[in-house]
Amino acid sequence: MSVNYEVLSNRAAPTSETKLKTEKVNLFYGTFQALRNISLDVPKQAITAIIGPSGCGKSSFLRLFNRMNDLIIGARVAGAVEIDDIDIYDKDVDVVELRKRVGMVFQKPNPFPMSVFENVVFGPRRHGKTNRHELAGIVEQSLRQAALWDEVKDKLGQSALALSGGQQQRLCIARVLAVEPEVILMDEPCSALDPIATLRIEDLMRNLSDDYTIVIVTHNMQQAARVSDMAAFLMMEEDRAGTLVEYGPTSQLFTNPKDKRTEDYITGRFG
Amino acid sequence: MEIRTTFHKRLRDIQDELLAMGSMVEKAISRSIEALKNRDLKLANQIIADDRKINEKRFEIEETCIQLIATQQPMAGDLRTIVSVLSIISELERIGDHAEGIAKIVIMIGDEPPLKPLIDIPRMAEKTIDMLHRSLDAFMSCDQEIAQKIAAEDDAIDDLYNQVYRELVSYMVEDPKTITRATRLLWVAHNLERCADRVTNICERIVFTVTGKMCEIDASKY
Repeated sequence: MSVNYEVLSNRAAPTSETKLKTEKVNLFYGTFQALRNISLDVPKQAITAIIGPSGCGKSSFLRLFNRMNDLIIGARVAGAVEIDDIDIYDKDVDVVELRKRVGMVFQKPNPFPMSVFENVVFGPRRHGKTNRHELAGIVEQSLRQAALWDEVKDKLGQSALALSGGQQQRLCIARVLAVEPEVILMDEPCSALDPIATLRIEDLMRNLSDDYTIVIVTHNMQQAARVSDMAAFLMMEEDRAGTLVEYGPTSQLFTNPKDKRTEDYITGRFG
Repeated sequence: MEIRTTFHKRLRDIQDELLAMGSMVEKAISRSIEALKNRDLKLANQIIADDRKINEKRFEIEETCIQLIATQQPMAGDLRTIVSVLSIISELERIGDHAEGIAKIVIMIGDEPPLKPLIDIPRMAEKTIDMLHRSLDAFMSCDQEIAQKIAAEDDAIDDLYNQVYRELVSYMVEDPKTITRATRLLWVAHNLERCADRVTNICERIVFTVTGKMCEIDASKY
């Protein structure tokens, strides 16, 4: 299925192909309904931002795409969640393989307590790559893609924990890139970083979106506006289930939203 | 190390679009005088039709500026640049309207015999186009000193306008049958004089972009 694009903020137009798709998705944690009837097409090689007030289910929604919610006892998904038209909740889907295709970056940089080099090759090693030469190539390529190579190329053997917060987060992104994913999920990737490190990650995201499909959850509306091509606004209904209020090109959602609730939220009239 | 490379590229793209719009407007003025000199009604009609493209370009750039303000939170010099682009495209659009106005006068004149050889009016046009071109270069290079010099050249346009005015009035006084034809040429000269005033406004925006100061550079005599 193709996505109907309007003006995509004059950025390089992503392909009109859909990479991820949800169809009437409902998510339950036990008896509590966290998401209700969310249908949304995420375009390939573009950045899609999920915004909304605290507790509206943004992160829960993001975690549908790599089945991270499976790790929560009592979590249950109804409806379809697809990657390249394949239902990822199908019983035949290999979750390990899925998470290789759909990488994730978290709020707090979480490098492993090992060297920069070992952090990057951690995933490839788990997926069977052992050739030292090949691994070195992966490290350089991943760190270059994550715009970190020049800063760490002389200290690959040093502990990743010695890097600054912004560098650690870029290392985590490099670690995701090392397993050659197709999709990168980012859950508040800059909320623990200073403003300059934040802008650097945002610029990195823009560059990565030429090759990867990125979905970002952020409570920072300005960040969503700056960085994304498409934006989805979620909010809670009375029973606290998250629903999709509006979804469209970022340029349109932040200049002329169609739904009054979106307008009220982005102009700070409620939140 | 530049951090917001994507945003800054978009900012440069807008400036390139502004230059493209500037070229369209320069061409419109130049062609309007060609149409006047050659009594070329076809060209005059083409200028009127092409003005629509200039207006569309203005809206396109304006929309992009609004998107950048809404989504990118521009600060300091970046913000001033975007605000100035919004002002400058409005001036350019109006200069385009003046060219269209001249084209409409050309159609009004039709095949009436020429009142006099055109000398100062083409000179006004040439000088105005040159000022406009250099002002947009000054905007791109953030050169406020050159902008101030260009604005000062508006006096020369005013002098030419004054000369055209006095000459045409003398025709009218000598032979009232020339009043209609002379008045039309006076309108043409007035359109050109206004174009140069708008270039001065563009120069004021360049000073604002570079220094952050809003200033009025010597108001026109007319």
